[in-house]
Parts: sequence; structure tokens; C-alpha cells
Amino acid sequence: MSLRTPLANARGLGSAREGVDHWWKQRLSALALVPLSLWLGFSVALLGTADYYTVIDWLAHPVNAVLMVLTLAVGFWHGALGLQVVIEDYVATEWKKLALLILVQFAAVVLALAGIFAVLRIALGV
Amino acid sequence: MAADRDRPLSPHLQVYRLPLTGITSIAHRITGVVLSLGAVLVVALLVAAAAGSQTYQVLYDASAHWLGQLVLFGFTLALYYHLCAGIRHLVWDAGCGYELETARRASWLVIGSAVVLTVITWVIAVAMNGS
Repeated sequence: MSLRTPLANARGLGSAREGVDHWWKQRLSALALVPLSLWLGFSVALLGTADYYTVIDWLAHPVNAVLMVLTLAVGFWHGALGLQVVIEDYVATEWKKLALLILVQFAAVVLALAGIFAVLRIALGV
Repeated sequence: MAADRDRPLSPHLQVYRLPLTGITSIAHRITGVVLSLGAVLVVALLVAAAAGSQTYQVLYDASAHWLGQLVLFGFTLALYYHLCAGIRHLVWDAGCGYELETARRASWLVIGSAVVLTVITWVIAVAMNGS
């Protein structure tokens, strides 16, 4: 006999009240990152050893600009979801856990926006 | 006292030799954290490039140092490892590959693929920058 109400069973959200939401977003972003990671790894190896004008030319190309914006958006989303699990697993003190979770979420948004803004500035030449 | 009884102990990480599947499992998490830190460097590179040639020059000089090269190499290796191990996670999610022998062989496949991808990437990058 289950102590769960029929309505709770039908909703299927479980004790954390979010169901498979986090799990699904982690997988969805992971799937999107499969091709993007291959492109990013190659880009980092190429750009990390290249001079200024090579980097600008590379990022100004529309294909690279769009792929970089996508990688930043999906990558930081995936990273924030992943770090959330790590923090929830290892940080037991409630206020420290909450502070770190908030910090990670804020940092992910700020860094993603800063990166995307930089790419757009280079690609649009402003 | 109750504590003297001969009870089975849970794996004690300091003395317990992790099986290969355990090592690849924790490595997936560690590379994930490493990549999050590396993502800060990627953003720094982009922002510096957008700020102009003088700002970028600072990072360029740093990346030319052998330590900078090592960081870049480490980032790609961590990225490819996390990618390959992540694909294995997606396969597990589909309900396949849980047999011990399969899991052990897949662990080696993940490690091998990550190394091969890293080497191929750097060979191409060096060749393209050299020409």
C-alpha cells in the first residue's frame, strides 16, 4: 500500500516536487553539447595558440560565431545543472549549500552573457 | 561494546582500491568541475579578444608559456573525456551496458577515445597554426 495520494502519483513529481525536470534538462543539454564539444575542443586548441588577428577572423565568421554563442548558452546551462548536483552531494551545511547554489547560478548567467556579448561584438564589428 | 563487532565496512576511500569503473565514474565528475573552471578561461579569452589587441596580448603571452599550453591541453583532454564518458551515461540511460565485462571494456574505450580525440585535435591545430 502506498501512502502517496492518487493525485501525487498522477503528477509524478516525487519528494523534491520537480519530477524528472533536472534529469531531463541535464540529458537534453548533454545531447546538444555532443557536436558542440567536438567543435569547442578544436577551437580552443586552435585559438589558444593563435595571435589576435587569427582569433578575430575566426570568431567573425558567422558559423563560428553562432556555434560559440550556442556552446556558451548550452554549456553554462549544463555546467550549472552539474555543479548543482556536486554541491548538493558534498555540502551538508544548509546555508553554505544554498549560498553556493545561488553563487553558481548567478556566475553561470553572468559568464554566459559576458561571453556571448564578446562574441557578438567581434562578429558584428562594433 | 557494539563497536568491537566484526561488521562489514563500507569502502574506505583512503585504503580502498577503486575498480576501473569507479575511477572513470569519479573522473567524469572531476572533469565536469574542471571544465566549469575552464569555462571561465574561455570567457576570459573571448572578452579579451573583444576588448582589443593589447588586452588579448596579455592572454596570448600567458598561453605561449609552457604552463599556459599545459592548461589548454588539459582543458581539451578534460573536455573529450567528459564528452566520451557522457555519451556512455546516455547509453546507460537507454538501459544498455550494465554487464560488468561490458562496463569494464567501455571504461577503456572512453579513456582511449578521449586520448585519441585530444591527440588528433592538437595535431590538426598545430599543423594549421604552423602553416
